[in-house]
Amino acid sequence: MDTAATPHSNYLTDGYSLKSWLLTRDHKRIGLLYLFSVTAFFLLGAFFAGIIRLELLTPAGDLVSSDIYNRLFTMHGVVMIFFFLIPSIPSVLGNFLVPIMIGAKDLAFPRLNLLSWYLYTFGGLFTLWALVTGGVDTGWTFYTPYSSSFSNSNVALVIVGIFINGFSSILTGLNFIVTIHKMRAPGMTWFRMPLFVWAHYATSLIFVLGTPVIAITLLMVGAERVLHLGIFDPKLGGDPVLFQHLFWFYSHPAVYIMILPAMGVASELVAAFSRKAIFGYEFVAFSSLAIAVFGFLVWGHHMFVSSESVYSAMAFSLLSFLVAIPSAVKVFNWSATMYKGSISFEAPMLYVFGFIGLFMIGGLTGLFLAAIAVDVHVTDTYFVVAHFHYIMVGGAIMMYMGGLHFWWPKIFGKLYNEFWAQVAAVTIFVGFNLTFFPQFIVGYLGMPRRYHAYPPEFQLWNILSTAGATVLAVGYAMPAFYLLHSLFKGKRAPSNPWGAKGLEWETTSPPPTHNFETPPVVTEPPYNYAK
Amino acid sequence: MPQTQLLPEQASTMAPRVDALYFFLLAVAAFFTLLIAGLVIYFAFKYRRRSKNEAGVPIHGSIWLEATWTIIPIIIVLVIFGWSSSIFFSMARPPAKTLDVYVVGKQWMWKFQHPDGHMEVNELHVPVGVDVKLTMTSQDVIHDVYIPNFRLKADVLPGKYTHMWFKATKPGKYHLFCAEYCGTNHSGMVGWITVQERAEYEQWLAGSSGQGTTMAQAGEKLFKDLACSSCHQTDTIGRGPTLVGLYDNKVTLDNGSTVMADDAYLRESITNPRAKVVAGFQPVMPSFQGLVSEEGLLQILEYIKSLRTTPSNATGVVPPPAPAIPAKK
Repeated sequence: MDTAATPHSNYLTDGYSLKSWLLTRDHKRIGLLYLFSVTAFFLLGAFFAGIIRLELLTPAGDLVSSDIYNRLFTMHGVVMIFFFLIPSIPSVLGNFLVPIMIGAKDLAFPRLNLLSWYLYTFGGLFTLWALVTGGVDTGWTFYTPYSSSFSNSNVALVIVGIFINGFSSILTGLNFIVTIHKMRAPGMTWFRMPLFVWAHYATSLIFVLGTPVIAITLLMVGAERVLHLGIFDPKLGGDPVLFQHLFWFYSHPAVYIMILPAMGVASELVAAFSRKAIFGYEFVAFSSLAIAVFGFLVWGHHMFVSSESVYSAMAFSLLSFLVAIPSAVKVFNWSATMYKGSISFEAPMLYVFGFIGLFMIGGLTGLFLAAIAVDVHVTDTYFVVAHFHYIMVGGAIMMYMGGLHFWWPKIFGKLYNEFWAQVAAVTIFVGFNLTFFPQFIVGYLGMPRRYHAYPPEFQLWNILSTAGATVLAVGYAMPAFYLLHSLFKGKRAPSNPWGAKGLEWETTSPPPTHNFETPPVVTEPPYNYAK
Repeated sequence: MPQTQLLPEQASTMAPRVDALYFFLLAVAAFFTLLIAGLVIYFAFKYRRRSKNEAGVPIHGSIWLEATWTIIPIIIVLVIFGWSSSIFFSMARPPAKTLDVYVVGKQWMWKFQHPDGHMEVNELHVPVGVDVKLTMTSQDVIHDVYIPNFRLKADVLPGKYTHMWFKATKPGKYHLFCAEYCGTNHSGMVGWITVQERAEYEQWLAGSSGQGTTMAQAGEKLFKDLACSSCHQTDTIGRGPTLVGLYDNKVTLDNGSTVMADDAYLRESITNPRAKVVAGFQPVMPSFQGLVSEEGLLQILEYIKSLRTTPSNATGVVPPPAPAIPAKK
């Protein structure tokens, strides 16, 4: 890395040995360790997705066998959800930025932070071990009794991997909560915190309250497999649907783990590229908390067709509709923030436009699924696949990419090629829509998900989808080149290349090891652009 | 089949109702997407940055606007909720008189049993315009009966009975998919529902094999083979309660509570007899878990159902001339 030209010492130049990285307690370096691992898992998950899309190009299951196909979509789901989407924004951007944004030197528990990276990485490697020794074929949802009594694949091994990784989530959440409560700089009151920090606070609550549930649930599946306890197997007196309750009690809130940090990034980016305070700051902050809390009350909408009683289905339907409201409020607020702003169109802002569009479609199709009568028809079809990809890929990944571009100059002190960044943002948006929009149509036509072979009348939409995935892959590949290129050949970044507000822009790029040369004192509200 | 289709054919009474709500949802989604996209694009160009150091006009919020864009969406979602729930109620409540078909899902095939004794694999024949009720269970993992043309889907669970009912409106052959991931050949667990005009259906009933023994008769034979009849007599002298007139009636248990003698209760009483013991009887019945197949359980169930009117009907003979039409009850 071209660090010789850096005039002052910064966190990147503070020791070059492998040991200085692998034993670091600096939240910024740990953020980069996460960036490295998370990117590796993303590439792996994307590789699985690629084979899946190629397989689905033709109705016959001719590229891979059904057993291999089932293992592929399971590993795609497991890797993307547990090892990419959930950790991506909190562990990479959150780790790097939360302390700086509140004017702290580090997270509250730096050693715990390092431990959580090790747990994450070991959990991931464990899961990969399960993959190379035969894989797992249950789907990332591990529904019992298939997973507990019938599957002959490496279920227990993968469960252990996810279990280990769960501790990483819990520790990260704990660390953020304590840091945000105890380590804010003088003058950094709760309502002067950036919305990115609010979003991470809400996310951390879900990490701490939800993750133990999935961890215990998966252990129960493992115990059932090994000891035949009869928790889920009806032949032993168990309840096969019990697992679904426990699983979705965590896994629905997990969607908000993915999307809340993305909303935090969106709020920062909209403010910076409109040079304007977020419209209705308090509403946006509180809607994050509302989503985190209400998110725990809607799990039953995953089970409308699994023998749930009519009245509990209706209760879950109503609650699911209501949890959509705070999300809608945020979209309105971001749009209103642009009113009378000073809007520029650099790559991060293009990602925001893409995010708003995709998140709108993802969120509004959520209404279709909350409406039980329509859900009965579309659940477990490609309609659902399209919906959650719009939310989780269209929402979370768009803002992960947007945030990575926005803070890249801060993280590495280098500017990337703006033109290629804009081309990539547009390519990803086009590729994404071409990939996933046809899936809404083929889903309503009745194509079930997790099908290795399908009736020929669904083929046209699958061809479009696979074509889109090719475009999307090109879009995702581009940043790998111009971002890496920027590290070696990029221009030196000033402290505040965007003219943005926030403590992270008041320190140097890259920041010094302790984040600030002199401890900051906060004297003004957030996003005070019109000063 | 034309490849440019955007909707599956509507072939049940539920399909047009679900599609109507779907179109309303599409309209709502399109309206808000266009509204927000329009505003964002308009603002982006109208207020684009003109000089390097330009800042936006500070506007911090508006309670009035926040309230508006909170309350209007709430009203819209409540309308959708009410509409969708009313359709869902119709889906969940089968009419009183139905043509009953029994479904067992197993890795990886569908087995159908008609009360008159017909058995089908991966294929189900039903008459058009008749209310059909499926009573479904699984022999192994969770499966799911999904008929896109009917807009209906329901999980099929091991150890439990679930139900689905429909009235087909158009003769034809429709896909029946397994929609809950169930292992290696999940995508091959595909069957067909053949909806026929009544006459054609009668002809199929008469012409195909499997005639002779009704489900209730098979159930009665099983009942005797398993020696159930040594305790459960048709009068009150047996060691177990009589089953005559039991189905769909309230039963008083030894703890004083009452339970409806429905499919779920009867199944539980066979596989786990000590869970709910009838008042006045000793918990002496052994479990038949694993001793009788899912199909056999359904046959016994159908036999017990046939006992609900008079003992004379105990043989389960379905009165002609229209054995399959709900008029039988």
